[in-house]
Amino acid sequence: MKRVPLAIIGAGPAGMAAAATATRKGLEVVIFDEQPAPGGQIYRALESTPLRDPVLLGSDYWHGSELIDALRRESIDYRPGHMVWQLTREGEIGVIADDIAEVVVAERVILATGAQERPFPIAGWTLPGVMGAGAAQVLLKTSGVAAQAPVVLAGSGPLLYLVAAQYLRAGSPIEAILETTPRGNYRRAMTYVGGAARGWRYLQKGLSLLRELKRAGVRHVRDVTALRAVGEGRLAGVEWQTGAKPGIWQACEATTLLLHHGVIPNIQMTRALSGEHDWSDQQLCWIPRRDSDGRSDIDGFYVAGDSGGVGGARVAETQGSLAALAALASLDHIDTPTFEREAQPLRRALASESAIRPFLDTLYRPADTWRHPSDDVVVCRCEEVTAGEIRRVAKLGCSGPNQMKSFTRCGMGPCQGRMCGVTVSELLARESGQSVEATGYYRLRPPFKPITLGQLASAAEPAEKAHRSETEVS
Amino acid sequence: MTTQVLIVGGGLHGAAAATHLSRCGFRVTVIEKNYAGRHASGVNAGGVRRLGRHPAEIPLSVAALERWQRLNEIVGDDGQFRACGQIKVAESEQELAELERRAAEVRALGFDHESMITRCELRRRLPALAAHCTGALVCDDDGAANPYRTLTAWRRQSQRNGARWLEGTRVVNVIPEAKGWRVETDHTQGISLRGDWLINCAGGWAGELCHWLGERVEMVPKALMMTITERVAPFLEPVVGCAGRALSFKQMENGTVMIGGGLTGAIDTRGELADVRLARLAENIKTAVDLFPFMRDVRVVRTWAGIEGVTADAIPVLGRSARHDRLIHSFGYSAHGFQLSAITGEIVRDLALEREPGLPITPFDIERFRARHCDSTPLQAPSSSRDG
Repeated sequence: MKRVPLAIIGAGPAGMAAAATATRKGLEVVIFDEQPAPGGQIYRALESTPLRDPVLLGSDYWHGSELIDALRRESIDYRPGHMVWQLTREGEIGVIADDIAEVVVAERVILATGAQERPFPIAGWTLPGVMGAGAAQVLLKTSGVAAQAPVVLAGSGPLLYLVAAQYLRAGSPIEAILETTPRGNYRRAMTYVGGAARGWRYLQKGLSLLRELKRAGVRHVRDVTALRAVGEGRLAGVEWQTGAKPGIWQACEATTLLLHHGVIPNIQMTRALSGEHDWSDQQLCWIPRRDSDGRSDIDGFYVAGDSGGVGGARVAETQGSLAALAALASLDHIDTPTFEREAQPLRRALASESAIRPFLDTLYRPADTWRHPSDDVVVCRCEEVTAGEIRRVAKLGCSGPNQMKSFTRCGMGPCQGRMCGVTVSELLARESGQSVEATGYYRLRPPFKPITLGQLASAAEPAEKAHRSETEVS
Repeated sequence: MTTQVLIVGGGLHGAAAATHLSRCGFRVTVIEKNYAGRHASGVNAGGVRRLGRHPAEIPLSVAALERWQRLNEIVGDDGQFRACGQIKVAESEQELAELERRAAEVRALGFDHESMITRCELRRRLPALAAHCTGALVCDDDGAANPYRTLTAWRRQSQRNGARWLEGTRVVNVIPEAKGWRVETDHTQGISLRGDWLINCAGGWAGELCHWLGERVEMVPKALMMTITERVAPFLEPVVGCAGRALSFKQMENGTVMIGGGLTGAIDTRGELADVRLARLAENIKTAVDLFPFMRDVRVVRTWAGIEGVTADAIPVLGRSARHDRLIHSFGYSAHGFQLSAITGEIVRDLALEREPGLPITPFDIERFRARHCDSTPLQAPSSSRDG
């Protein structure tokens, strides 16, 4: 078994910055990343994207090249295409690459596993042709492929206009944008914009994207209050209602529906390690407990970037450096004065980079209706459990998501609850009258991502003779 | 006045004891620190198996199967029990000879439920099995059931009989009193309960309870690992075990395949968190893939570990206390208590009624650990419960 002082999981901005910081201090680092190339979701395929025109994907995207260059330049044991499928509190990391499973043991681990799209359960969201806007963006970045037209985008959040604009620039028409941002959010968000100069810049950027979309003649429907995907066997159209015309379904044809309600932390690993998580009412998601330098409540584990609370790429980068310093200090690789000296400016930078969050979180907060879907809507896609079934079982006295598994198999499919976890927590909390915090979340079981029995079997120690059972079992 | 019974532990054995005791007019309270079936009772492999039992367990196991066959009458639900059979496969001539010896031993005890099948018959029954297997020992009326469903059925039956369940309540102390017990809990209202009888069904935590009571037992909590795969087309009826390696392998009705075998994972020192240990797990999976090579490309959906009390001699503790009046133990089923849960409740009931149980339970007496104490090395302490 390979042993390393520091392992980093994820090569997005947080992971890359952590690796660069640790390496510059002379520590041996291994960085595992599932993707074939560095960058995470935000800087995905930056080195290889066929869309070389800098205007097309925007300047924020190309900022990632500095981090990637550092990763390539330094003597970092960077392992692309390595999927971490299991992790223990002892620092055992189960990785798999090219069908071979391996176990690496690390003294310190920095989790920089990023964010995932917030589940957006509506009627018909399981139809082929419906996907996340983030997933569609990945498709565009990696292969220059746009989803099949006519394309409708629906939801709320910073990615919505951006993906629409990127699609247009790539020559793919957008049929309509159905915006679900609740009217009242704009007013509430404005109370935070003054505190953040970046808030104004951000709004300007949004407006310019919007103008670009308008010039291209994209239909923009605001204040959408109900939404459903329709079709037999595959998506054929999208129907919606607006606040102005409640109760009246409007419709358009669509081959692709891209849904987006922002992103939430990817907490598979911190959950599997049984770390403490708090429900953030500001971001409406679970956030692993960590201190301001990134130390989690699990001994030897650090969390950096969006997987510890959504803050965006620049925040992630700073947090990655900070977590690396904290890990170096705890390994006695750097002394306390050095740590404090180098951490101070990073902490200050973090404060200013995070200043825009209350504004964004308030503006793009999804309304209750989207997080509490009606009874007929499938919530758990893997096991096809509806919101109605969840409510029914809750009324029988099922108080938490783990008991819910035993009753309904909800959350027990291959996605490990990624697509239903937050919805189930919120639904159960409302039914039982408890707080979301008290309701809790799934206990997560490895593997984090599906691996085959053959791959898993390859991790068996070849020399060791198979054990006889300690005892006969049921 | 009605006799009060306090049962510590809301797993299968606690629920079964609660059902039978409350039916006989005892006033029963079950105290469960998490929720019913949180650990081994809710997440075991669900094997209903007489095959390969320790000789001392055979009479109980045979009686238990009869209860499984009419579980619906007893608790109003069949627990999804299916008599799909259990098969223990030999991978060499030597293992085959071992199985034959075992079959003869069981016959000599006067039981006829275990029988040998030839290589040819094995092939007919398990077409997907690897070609190197040489034969098998089978129990055709054995099978499998759904653990959580079974547990829920017992719990609800006990409640219909009048038993009270206190979930989310942890026992923090037990105090012997004149003609009975006082049990203190961590309940927010500071609940302290009084009972005439105390029943220890605390599974992986039963050793802790024994320790408070000054009762000697050699048992450690262990985390038994399991794996479940994605759905595959039906290919397997019976539950498959292996003569020479740790394995329990079965296809569920929904097509998923459950792989276990009693390999132990890690337990967090707080004792509440079980974790999978990769190298051991991989070994278990290798056995499965060796026996069913086509499974190589099937994906794992989930792995987990459930906490269970395993005794030094791997048979349970079932009987009256050696030190205290009105204390009954029913724990330490050592990862094969699921099938036995259909009978143990009746035995506990008989003991509380102070009548002789109809089945031989002397081998399960807790006294055996006092005798063992002189000539055997003690097991490691639960706080560092890692097997090596």
